[in-house]
Amino acid sequence: MKIAVLVKQVPGSESPLPMVSSQDWLDESQVAYIMNESDNYALEEALQIREKNNDGEVVIISLGPNRIQKVIREALSKGADRAIHIQTDGSYPTDPLVTASLFSETLKDENFDLIFSGLQSDDLGFGQTGVLLGELLNMSTATLAMSTEIIDNKIKVKRELEAGYFQWVTMSLPASISVQSGCNTPRYPSLKGIMGAKKKEINVITPPVMDQNQSIKKIYAPNSAKETVMVEGSVDQIVEKLVNIFRNEIKIT
Amino acid sequence: MDILIIIEDNNGKSHRMGLESIAAAQHMSDKLGLSASAMVMGKNADSLASEASAYDLDEVLVLKHDLLNEYSSDGYAEAVKQIIESENPTYILFGHSYQVRDYVPKISAKLMRPFLADSIAIHFDEKNVSLTKQMFNAKLLSDINPSGDAPYLISFQSASFLSDDAKTGSATSREVSVMLDSSMIKTDSEEPFKEASGGVDLTAAELIVSVGRGIGKEENIPMAQELAAALGAELSSSRPVVDSGWLSPSHQVGSSGQSVSPKMYLSLGISGAIQHVVGMKASKNIVAINKDPEAPIFEIADYAVIGDLLEIVPKLTEALQ
Ligand SMILES: Cc1cc2nc3c(=O)[nH]c(=O)nc-3n(C[C@H](O)[C@H](O)[C@H](O)COP(=O)(O)OP(=O)(O)OC[C@H]3O[C@@H](n4cnc5c(N)ncnc54)[C@H](O)[C@@H]3O)c2cc1C
Ligand SMILES: Nc1ncnc2c1ncn2[C@@H]1O[C@H](COP(=O)(O)O)[C@@H](O)[C@H]1O
Repeated sequence: MKIAVLVKQVPGSESPLPMVSSQDWLDESQVAYIMNESDNYALEEALQIREKNNDGEVVIISLGPNRIQKVIREALSKGADRAIHIQTDGSYPTDPLVTASLFSETLKDENFDLIFSGLQSDDLGFGQTGVLLGELLNMSTATLAMSTEIIDNKIKVKRELEAGYFQWVTMSLPASISVQSGCNTPRYPSLKGIMGAKKKEINVITPPVMDQNQSIKKIYAPNSAKETVMVEGSVDQIVEKLVNIFRNEIKIT
Repeated sequence: MDILIIIEDNNGKSHRMGLESIAAAQHMSDKLGLSASAMVMGKNADSLASEASAYDLDEVLVLKHDLLNEYSSDGYAEAVKQIIESENPTYILFGHSYQVRDYVPKISAKLMRPFLADSIAIHFDEKNVSLTKQMFNAKLLSDINPSGDAPYLISFQSASFLSDDAKTGSATSREVSVMLDSSMIKTDSEEPFKEASGGVDLTAAELIVSVGRGIGKEENIPMAQELAAALGAELSSSRPVVDSGWLSPSHQVGSSGQSVSPKMYLSLGISGAIQHVVGMKASKNIVAINKDPEAPIFEIADYAVIGDLLEIVPKLTEALQ
């Protein structure tokens, strides 16, 4: 079984997000990057399938500037076999169709049985790259996977639906599956894994330039619609004020 | 046809975001002088059509086909794609539901036209539109311009438009058809089901203390439990706390968990992502403790505490005991 995992590097949830003066992107020099949360689950799902079948290959695919090699190495140290880095110079495209098209151009001759991706990137949050790629490669697709099972030449996926419902969907391979967070317990890299990752291959590819169908005009901070009471002071003062609010304003008896 | 709204079936009724999409389309019609129609499909198409035809729309397209009776991403994507090709709408509007996440990107790939997903607002500058979208987990907003030729696929986040604003009227229905065969559908779906429940029912809770990833580690969960006990409140959480196994899934509030509306929702270390907020924004009083002044939860909070929950919570519990 040959499995690709799309792994994206994104700002960590506690990272500052300062903007460049043209207000159309972040000042990346001040951003602390991590592996996209759901991609970490996607990687774990792929590694477990390879281990269960006792053969096959897990290949990390990532698109972006040089800084993304940090998460590529992290994925390799968790046990992925090799990686393809689609190298862009500035940042990454802000059109998911362009991203997916670059992935499909790169992957079309690799003939993967499975592609795993996260359901949503924590930066741009388009929520569609894995499905776009699957469709471009004429694969079966499924989203919001909570667990997967390989049966013969098919994959059975437990999908999350709205309002607490789930559904099993079975499809033939090749398939592109985007996973929901919480579907497994992602591993940490071992020391041996970290050492071994240094020797693994990262194939760097320069993609063609493509026209975008959508582009970011401006990025800005939201402003609050609601009137919010700020509860301020020392910890003791805050506690006193909160108790007062609970009793006298919200009227908790 | 200028605008085509796709209305999703929710067990014979329009999905709640269906009416919101109608309100969105009417807003666009007013601003741009465009006509708007809706489409319903699947086994409940007739009842959905009678619901939709009570709104101020040009037409309601009714699409029935054996292969559309049950949802499949391949079938729905192919069907909507064919309708787009035959009806030529400029904008196709959807509510950003889980089903839309599943199949609309396929239409985008088939047509090689953009899907502006999960938008929260639309702006007009002459005849050009731009869509506002949350990015970086709702900490920032971005305005996005589609470019190139129509059509444009657009989905709106829940509650971006109000269903009450949808203007009523009377629209005529028209049957439409597509060519599908079973070889196009690569998935085989079983019936939707709920996990055997048990655990906490939060929907009727008067008071809720809710923990997010900001609680830091499993060993800190009792700290929140003690505060909940001191208040006589139920304990709930955001998704990452459940994903990490610190609390069972029945504690999760949000689009894939429970929806709650207590008298007070005390949120501890929750950033306020939309998938969480949809499950708790109906709370009468939202009190949020978060150390990040930019956390989006403060946009909907009635009372905001910018501070470290690990310092505040034990003292608060003590003061309440
Ligand atoms: C399709 C889909 C469905 C989803 N369904 C759900 C759902 O049902 N429910 C849900 O909750 N999420 C859901 N999510 C996930 C959601 O998008 C967010 O990722 C999630 O809600 C974030 O949880 P959080 O706020 O606890 O964590 P984070 O976003 O990581 O936020 C942690 C917060 O804690 C603060 N903090 C850290 N330390 C401290 C401290 N010591 N004191 C005070 N504050 C601190 C930080 O400033 C930060 O704001 C879904 C996502 C998708 C795409
Ligand atoms: N530049 C990228 N590099 C690697 N993977 C990506 C990239 N962009 C998107 N993905 C994958 O596609 C998923 C969905 O991203 P998005 O459509 O942006 O929400 C992510 O969770 C990743 O798995």
